[in-house]
Amino acid sequence: MIYFLALILFSTASFLFTKKGFLQKKILNQNNLASTPNYYGYCSVIWFMIGAVLLIIALSKQNKLSIELFTLISLIFTVILNFSVQKYITFQFNARKHFEKSFLLILRVTSYISIAITFLIIISILVEAIRFFSEIPLSSFLFGTKWSPQSALEGSAGAGNFGAIPVFLGTLLITTIAIIIAVPFGIYSAIYLTEYASARFRAIAKPILEILAGVPTVVYGYFAAFTVAPFLRLVLAKLGISIEAESALAAGIVMGIMIIPFVLSLSDDVMNAVPESLKNASLGLGSTKSEMIKKVIIPAALPGIAGAILLAISRAIGETMIVTMAAGLNAKMSFNPLDSVTTATAQIVTLLIGDQEFDSNKTLAAFALGITLFVITLILNLIALIIVKKYREQYE
Amino acid sequence: MSKTTKFKHTNIAEFAKTAKYRKALANRHKKESVFQFIGFFAILLSICFLASLIVNISFKASGAFSATYVKMPIYLDKEIIKEDNPAYLENFAYRQLLIHNIDLYFSESNESRRAKLKILHFFSKDSYNDLKKYVINNPDKIGKNINIWLKTSSKIDQFYKKNTENILPLYKKILDNYFLNNNAIKKVISFSIFTNGDSTEAELAGIATSLTGSILTMIIFLLSSFPLGVLLALYLEEFAVKNKFADFIEININNLAAIPSIIFGLLGLSVFINLLHVPRSSALIGGLTLSLMVLPTIVIATRNSIKAIPSTIKHAALGLGASPMQVALHHTLPLALPGILTGTILAVSRALGETAPLIMIGMIAFIIDKPESFSDPTTVLPVQIYLWSNNPEIGFVEKTSATILLLLLFLVAFNSIAIWLRNKFSRKW
Repeated sequence: MIYFLALILFSTASFLFTKKGFLQKKILNQNNLASTPNYYGYCSVIWFMIGAVLLIIALSKQNKLSIELFTLISLIFTVILNFSVQKYITFQFNARKHFEKSFLLILRVTSYISIAITFLIIISILVEAIRFFSEIPLSSFLFGTKWSPQSALEGSAGAGNFGAIPVFLGTLLITTIAIIIAVPFGIYSAIYLTEYASARFRAIAKPILEILAGVPTVVYGYFAAFTVAPFLRLVLAKLGISIEAESALAAGIVMGIMIIPFVLSLSDDVMNAVPESLKNASLGLGSTKSEMIKKVIIPAALPGIAGAILLAISRAIGETMIVTMAAGLNAKMSFNPLDSVTTATAQIVTLLIGDQEFDSNKTLAAFALGITLFVITLILNLIALIIVKKYREQYE
Repeated sequence: MSKTTKFKHTNIAEFAKTAKYRKALANRHKKESVFQFIGFFAILLSICFLASLIVNISFKASGAFSATYVKMPIYLDKEIIKEDNPAYLENFAYRQLLIHNIDLYFSESNESRRAKLKILHFFSKDSYNDLKKYVINNPDKIGKNINIWLKTSSKIDQFYKKNTENILPLYKKILDNYFLNNNAIKKVISFSIFTNGDSTEAELAGIATSLTGSILTMIIFLLSSFPLGVLLALYLEEFAVKNKFADFIEININNLAAIPSIIFGLLGLSVFINLLHVPRSSALIGGLTLSLMVLPTIVIATRNSIKAIPSTIKHAALGLGASPMQVALHHTLPLALPGILTGTILAVSRALGETAPLIMIGMIAFIIDKPESFSDPTTVLPVQIYLWSNNPEIGFVEKTSATILLLLLFLVAFNSIAIWLRNKFSRKW
């Protein structure tokens, strides 16, 4: 942070001095400068920054990185830079072109960063996952039905303890519950907001739904574990059904509610893309609004809605805090919503909390789960993107 | 024409008078209103859920801003407090004084040594400080009997606030015999939750550490993601040549936006911590991890606000001899700024509530002291909520709820600012 402030201070100083020098040159040369003095200033800032970054790298290589030394060298560097700029750079030098070229280069580099992030994700997780799969065969991970990484710690580190089927079954169960809730509610809300709601109602409801979308997931998790789950137990006990303290149902319901705004905004977009002429034609032939929605808008927007549902599924699969706090941790081969199940994300959190030794199969298993998650969500997103894109082109 | 043979009436107007038609029409209108009601009900349910969440949390959080104190007679024995100079009083062990007075005042403490210690835990550890303050301010009282208000421990506090019925019989007895009947117990408004760090004692636990940590993390997050995101969007929108490579970047960014946040936690763990050795649990690594995660959001927001600027402005500038770079920096960016800021504020509110990736990179540690710098280990508000929610003690419920309320307040504030910006600067070109 201090380095950052020092950089800003010196580059500002450098900018001001260079600009001042070239302002004088401008007056001496009767306005014959190739660029405005500002650009000479920008150039000196860029040169200074390059020098400073090199300096930081050099200092940290030699383990002599201290703020005093850095400031001292920067100060000397700034002074020398400014003198040399004043001395060697003549008024014919086109600073604007120089600056623009450098800036474009910086922009280019940023575009590579986004790709770098993706590859970083893939490589970093893949490396750990490969280490895991070198000990545990892939087939026993994908098709095994016993998940107990804790027992693997106690010496019996066999492939038999890393069967991911129960974990992904739990993910599937909770996602299914969430989608069953989120999709009808989301689509009906979207229909009401776009077709029926008055402008006033929309002005009130939209921000509220935006807040619902922005509530941190840890808050939803807390609510699911400490309010929804006890409430469910109370209600179901009256009906004579016993439910576990941590159940897939509670986590699924709250997750479904969390995804409602997400489904709503996505289906809102695709419904708005349906051409007005189609709607008007249907209404002109005497159909009521609801008939028009059922027979025109929904069929026309169906691909887009399908894309939205896929994105919602991918979102539900990747949701972590709700399931960690409300769904439990025991990997069970069960598809009963009243049971406590575990999910891939909850397992990742549990496996990586605490010890950070990167050599046990227990921690590496988290990365194996992570790469599986990554692949699943990536496929879902790509399909959704393709569907939505195709659908957009249809009406453009 | 095969369809129309369904109607017996060739004349539509005549058909419209029949009862069958009216019945069908009424039925259709009924269906219409039912359909509309379902849509309304769906929205209402979401709103009701939010309302119930906020009411529930607020109700639970109300206790976090008060503490329970009891009035206790204390004999400042000269045998125990031997001197009265400030330096001695500063370092004196006031716990001894309290134990001594527990022996004097409570007959129950004579039953066993365990009972004595139990009674000591009737009081909060803060009560030693209450004693210390009093004695330092009134050294003339040494050797006399005084009455002083002492802070109680969380168990007593929760019982008095009626949050729990479970209380040790010993404590119940003491409350009934010594405090409840003679007005020697009171609730005092206290904002210690904002000034204390984390603690194992519920009545001492506070969010000073996590709040500071959150702020530091947000600073790093903004410094790293805002310039990067804006420059990236500017390049893609204004300078990138439309080719396969640009398309690839585009798909890439859209995909990054939909990757589960926990994956970014794994990335932070294996790249930042194990490869680059960034200090674990620090605001620095938290901010960096979050900025990787939220970068796509900022890029998409920036691109949308750049797209909204009419090309006439750019063409006019070009026509007056500006270079493409000057158009971008002098016209496009300043005009897109409100939209960019709106997107960034929403990104910050998302990053502020993010939990999972930060747990992965070790921000889940139990930390009492406030972080002094960006590389100190710290925790953040949402992780604090998670930590406290794992603690079975009832006293943490109100603290957790208050923290949640604070987070929600931040969220509403950020959203309001964003909406205000959107309305103030939305221009019709």
